[in-house]
Amino acid sequence: MFQTRFHGRGGQGVVTAAELLSVAAFRAGRHAQAFPSFGSERTGAPVVSYCRIDDRPIRSREPVVVPDALIIQDTTLLQQTDVFAGLADDGYIVINSTRDVPELGIGEMLAGRDPARVITVPATRIAMQHLGRPLPNLVLLGAFAALTGLVGLVDVQAAAGERFQGAVLEGNCAAARQAYDVVKAHVGEGVGDAMAAVSAGAPVFDRKDADA
Amino acid sequence: MRKQIEGSAAVAQAVALARPEVICAYPISPQTHIVEALSAIVKSGDLQPCEFVNVESEFAAMSVAIGASAAGARAYTATASQGLLFMVEAVYNASGLGLPIVMTVANRAIGAPINIWNDHSDSMSQRDSGWIQLYAEDNQEAVDLHIQAFKLAETVSLPVMVCMDGFILTHAVEEVEMPDQATVDAFLPAFEPRQVLDPAEPVSIGAMVGPEAFMEVRYLAHRRQMEALEVIPAIAAEYGAVTGRVRDGLISRYRLDDAEIVVVALGSVIGTLQDTVDALREQGVLVGVLGITSFRPFPLESVRDALAGARSVVVLEKALAVGIGGIVANNVRTAVAGLAIDVRTVIAGLGGRPILGESLAEMIRGVDDLDELTFLDLRTELVERELQRNRATRRSGPTAENLLRDVGAVGDPLSVRMPR
Repeated sequence: MFQTRFHGRGGQGVVTAAELLSVAAFRAGRHAQAFPSFGSERTGAPVVSYCRIDDRPIRSREPVVVPDALIIQDTTLLQQTDVFAGLADDGYIVINSTRDVPELGIGEMLAGRDPARVITVPATRIAMQHLGRPLPNLVLLGAFAALTGLVGLVDVQAAAGERFQGAVLEGNCAAARQAYDVVKAHVGEGVGDAMAAVSAGAPVFDRKDADA
Repeated sequence: MRKQIEGSAAVAQAVALARPEVICAYPISPQTHIVEALSAIVKSGDLQPCEFVNVESEFAAMSVAIGASAAGARAYTATASQGLLFMVEAVYNASGLGLPIVMTVANRAIGAPINIWNDHSDSMSQRDSGWIQLYAEDNQEAVDLHIQAFKLAETVSLPVMVCMDGFILTHAVEEVEMPDQATVDAFLPAFEPRQVLDPAEPVSIGAMVGPEAFMEVRYLAHRRQMEALEVIPAIAAEYGAVTGRVRDGLISRYRLDDAEIVVVALGSVIGTLQDTVDALREQGVLVGVLGITSFRPFPLESVRDALAGARSVVVLEKALAVGIGGIVANNVRTAVAGLAIDVRTVIAGLGGRPILGESLAEMIRGVDDLDELTFLDLRTELVERELQRNRATRRSGPTAENLLRDVGAVGDPLSVRMPR
């Protein structure tokens, strides 16, 4: 069982992101379960959602307490809530930020973690380029797909196809591909040893237009 | 067709497959997505003939369902929590009149304090209302139970409540095998009412009945629920034959054959329990799970039979009868009366408190040391602080607000569910 926890703020599509990942996993032929943290939804408030992926039917209904991966949509949460709580020692972290990991000021929280499994993705910026709107979900899922190998890019794009159409779908698919390709180039094939291909703290994305 | 779909959307599609002719509802979390999806289906024209009635309250929702059903229409509504309480007078009328309405209850706690999260307080408050009550373990079962519920209701002329855990199921996106329309049409024939308001053959429904016959009307309602104990498994078998998903209908058994310890539960927590049981079995603990699908009518014989070999029984309840403790446990005790079995009550998950597998495993391992009534993962430090305030001063203030000040934010997902 692979468990992912999503962190974001109300309005950023945190619940949708988990649902899309579950659909992508389903498309990839796996069993998946996505569910929100069931808070009173308020715009801007911290929101958590979950996605479990397994090769067997998923029965548990408990919240994910020991995630294998975190997808963090909003870096302002890094200081505010304990987003790393319970994360498995070899867990993956995907953070939506235009900054590189060492610049986030979370070195202490990442101590002892394999730097290859922690990446930042300028997902909002990529979404703005392709969609003209700050919708980072599919960009982050594209990066997640490349980083973990759990689902393919085609699965992520198929999940998008169940929810969006027309220009929004095309933009999302292109944005997901861009994130996927960049992360994949660093990770190589597969999840295991290939992970070491991402060197410690090395930028995954070209940051030169970070403020664009 | 197998789909990865939200529970609410799946249930809405299942209800539509049953071809209801009147849907009347008032939105309330966590039921809202179900009726939103149904209103969209009705508006699309895909479900005809069907009228979606936007009502002004839950009391009106049930009243419209009663009127529609009495006029011979297949009627459906859905609610939760305070919404269910608001319609209670009409809920009793629906069953008293023998009208086969189907209603989803997206289980949610009852205030005060106001709380939108899941437990079974709402439907448990209506356990004696005369409605049949079925509890879904997962979204597949929620879909399947809804389709069966219409057939069951119309067979025995009683309304059926399909209970599914709010948020935990209604908002979970998971795999569901949706039956096709032809399968449902073949399984569920058109509604043939036993009584109908028809201008061509006028009757009155809802007469005042005095002491001379009221007991008999009630007795007949009880008798119909007892008959449902036979009808429910028959319908489940028939449904299983056409869908391949064979269930008992009354109960679900998991690793009970050699179980010394059995946990009895209703609804979605059964999945977590099954995982916990598998883990404990690997450590040599002989434990199993008995799920109760039909809480009303209560399958005394099936429960007694399923528990007969057990030494210890824990009834895990998502509702609390303040002043006594367990609700389901009392029914289970009736079922095992005369057998040498310890029955203990564990209250868990009230108001959305997460039920962790780790806590369940600890509970099962320590079953012999459990008190007769236990509150799983009760935050005793919060309780103690409030009791101290109560002792310290007469005007200690409102309890809920005091506790909120102690814990910080309302519903912070990370504050209540991290490993201990």
